[in-house]
Amino acid sequence: MNTRRSLRMRLRGDWPLLLMVAPAALIVLIFHYVPTLGNVIAFQDYNPFEGNNAVDAFIHSDWVGFDNFETLFRDRAFWDAVRNTLSITLFQLVFFFPLPIALAILLNDVSSPKLRSFIQGVVYLPHFFSWVLVITFFVQMLGGAGLLAQVMRQHGLHEWNVMTNPHAFVVLVTSEAVWKDVGWGTIVFLAALAAIDPTLYEAAAVDGAGRGRRLWHITLPGLRPVIVLLLILRMGDALSVGFEQYILQREAVGRQAAEVLDTFVYYQAIVPQQWGLGAAAGLFKALVGLVLILTANKMAHGLGEQGVYAKA
Amino acid sequence: MSGTNARARESPARPPWEEKPSIAFALGKGAVLGLVVLAVLVPIWSVLVTSLSSRETINAAGGMVVVPKGIDVSAYVTIFSGGQVARAVWVSVVVTASGTLFSLFLTVLAAYGLSRPGSLAHRPLLFYFLLTFLIYPGLVPSYLVVTGLGLKDSLWALIVPTAFSVFNLVVIRSFFMSIPKELIDSAHIDGATEWQVLALIVLPLSKAVVAVVGLFYAVGYWNAYFNAVLYIDDNDKWPIQRVLQSYILAGQSPHFSGGAVHVPGVTAYPPTLAIKMAVMVVTVIPALLVYPFVQRHFTKGMIVGAVKG
Repeated sequence: MNTRRSLRMRLRGDWPLLLMVAPAALIVLIFHYVPTLGNVIAFQDYNPFEGNNAVDAFIHSDWVGFDNFETLFRDRAFWDAVRNTLSITLFQLVFFFPLPIALAILLNDVSSPKLRSFIQGVVYLPHFFSWVLVITFFVQMLGGAGLLAQVMRQHGLHEWNVMTNPHAFVVLVTSEAVWKDVGWGTIVFLAALAAIDPTLYEAAAVDGAGRGRRLWHITLPGLRPVIVLLLILRMGDALSVGFEQYILQREAVGRQAAEVLDTFVYYQAIVPQQWGLGAAAGLFKALVGLVLILTANKMAHGLGEQGVYAKA
Repeated sequence: MSGTNARARESPARPPWEEKPSIAFALGKGAVLGLVVLAVLVPIWSVLVTSLSSRETINAAGGMVVVPKGIDVSAYVTIFSGGQVARAVWVSVVVTASGTLFSLFLTVLAAYGLSRPGSLAHRPLLFYFLLTFLIYPGLVPSYLVVTGLGLKDSLWALIVPTAFSVFNLVVIRSFFMSIPKELIDSAHIDGATEWQVLALIVLPLSKAVVAVVGLFYAVGYWNAYFNAVLYIDDNDKWPIQRVLQSYILAGQSPHFSGGAVHVPGVTAYPPTLAIKMAVMVVTVIPALLVYPFVQRHFTKGMIVGAVKG
C-alpha cells in the first residue's frame, strides 16, 4: 500500500523494524544457510587441516565430483540404514499415526470438562521429557533390571528383556514414541474436532444415524484436512525418524537393527571425520525429503485437499 | 479468544438427541483412558518412590519400588553434596536460563519487525525465514560451522545454534498481527518510536503467548542432549541430560560394559538404584514445576499457532 513512497522515505520509516529482524536473520544465516551452502563439500575431498580455518580448508580441498556419492551408494551399511529408516517410518505410519486420532475422539467424548482436562494434563506430560529420560523410564520399567522383569521373576516367569532385543526394536521405538507423543498429538485433532458443527451430529441422529455412522460420516470427514496435512509432513520426513532415540539405543540392540540414516551419518562421517561422505549422505537425504514432500503435496491437491501450501 | 474456545471445548452433559451409551461402550472407553493415564503415571510414581527409598526397601522390593515405605533423602544428599551431577544441574540451569532469554530476545524482536505487512522488504524477509522449513542443512556442514566458529567445548555451542526457531517466530508474529492496528497507529501519532510501541503496548498484551514460547524454548534447552555429544568433550561442562545418559550406560546391560562411563563424585560407591532414580527425578522436576502454570496457556497458544501458522 505504501509502495509509491520512495525507497529512502520507506527506509527512514522502517529502519527500526529492519534492525529488529537483523539478529534473528543473522543467526539463521550462520546456522542455516551457511551450512546449507556448505553441503557442496559433498563434491570435495574436504580436509579441515588444509589452511588456517574452515573457509581456507574449503578453498584448498580437492574437488572430486561424484566420488563421495559413489562410495556411499556402494556401501552396504548405507543401504541397511536406509532400509531400517524406511521400515521404521512405515511401521510407525501404521501403528503410531492413527493412535492420536483415536485418543482425541475418545477424549472428545468425555463429557466432564474436569475429568477431561485432568486426562489431557497427564497425557501431554511425557512430551516435555527428553529422549534420554524417556528411554531411562523404559529401561527402568521394561529392561532387564526393570519393574516388569522384577514382577515376572517374583511370579516364577521367564524374564525377558525387550530393551536389548534387536528383533523387537521396531516395536520398542514405536512404543517409546507413542508413550512420549500420543497425548501431544491429540491437540491438533481436538482443535479440529471442536471446529465441527455440532448441529451436524444432531441432524444425523435425528435421521437415525447411530454412533458408528456419525463417526464415519461426520467426525472422520471433519478431521480429513488435518490428517492429510500431517501425512504429507510425515512423508516429507520419511528419512528422518528422530535422532537421539536411536543413538541412545544403538549400542544396546546393535547396529544391525538400530542404524538409521542419521546415526549412519554420525558414526560413518563425524566420528571418523569423513566429511565429504557425510555431506553426501545429508544431501541425499535432503533431496529425497524435498521430492517426497512435493510429491505428497501434489497428491493432496489431486485429492482435493489444501495440503501444506496452496496450489500455485 | 478464550470465550469461543471455552464454549467449543466444554461440551455439556449429554445432548437430548444423543442415545445413552451402552454399558460395554462406556466401560471400554473408561478402561482405555484409565490405562493411558496409568501408563504415564506409574513409571513416574515408581521412579519418584524408588529415589526416596532406603537400601532395605529397595532390596525387599527386588529393585524398583512401587509401594513407599518411609522417606530417605540420602540419594539426593549424595547428588547435591558435589560431584558431577550437581555441576551438570548447574550447567543446565545456566544454559536454559540464558538461552531462553536470548531466544526470546531474538524471536520477539523479529516477530515485531515482521508484523507489519507492507513495510520495507517485508515479503522477502518472510520468505527468507519460511524457506528454512523446506531446506534442512544436514548434520555434517552444521557441525563444521559450529566447530569452525571455535565453539567446541564452549557452552555457547549449546545455545547459539538452536537459539532461534522459525516456528516460534510464526506463533508470536501471528499473535502480534492480531493486536488491533489502531492501538499501534495512535501510539505512533503520539510520537512513540517502534521500540516504545513494542515495549509499552505490544509486549504487555502478549504476556501469555511469550510465556508459552519461552516455555518451549526452555524445555528445548533443558532437554538438549545430542548437541552436548557433538560439541562438549570436557565432562566438567556436560549438561544434565548427558550425565543422565552416562548413568544409563554405566548401569544397564552387559552390552554396555565395554563403554562404561564413570561419573566422578559418586563412583566411590557404585551408583545405587536410588541415586540413579534421584538423577532422573532431578531431570524431570523442571518440567513438572512449570507445567501446571502454563498448561492452559500453551494448549490455547498451540491451537492458535496451528490454525494460523
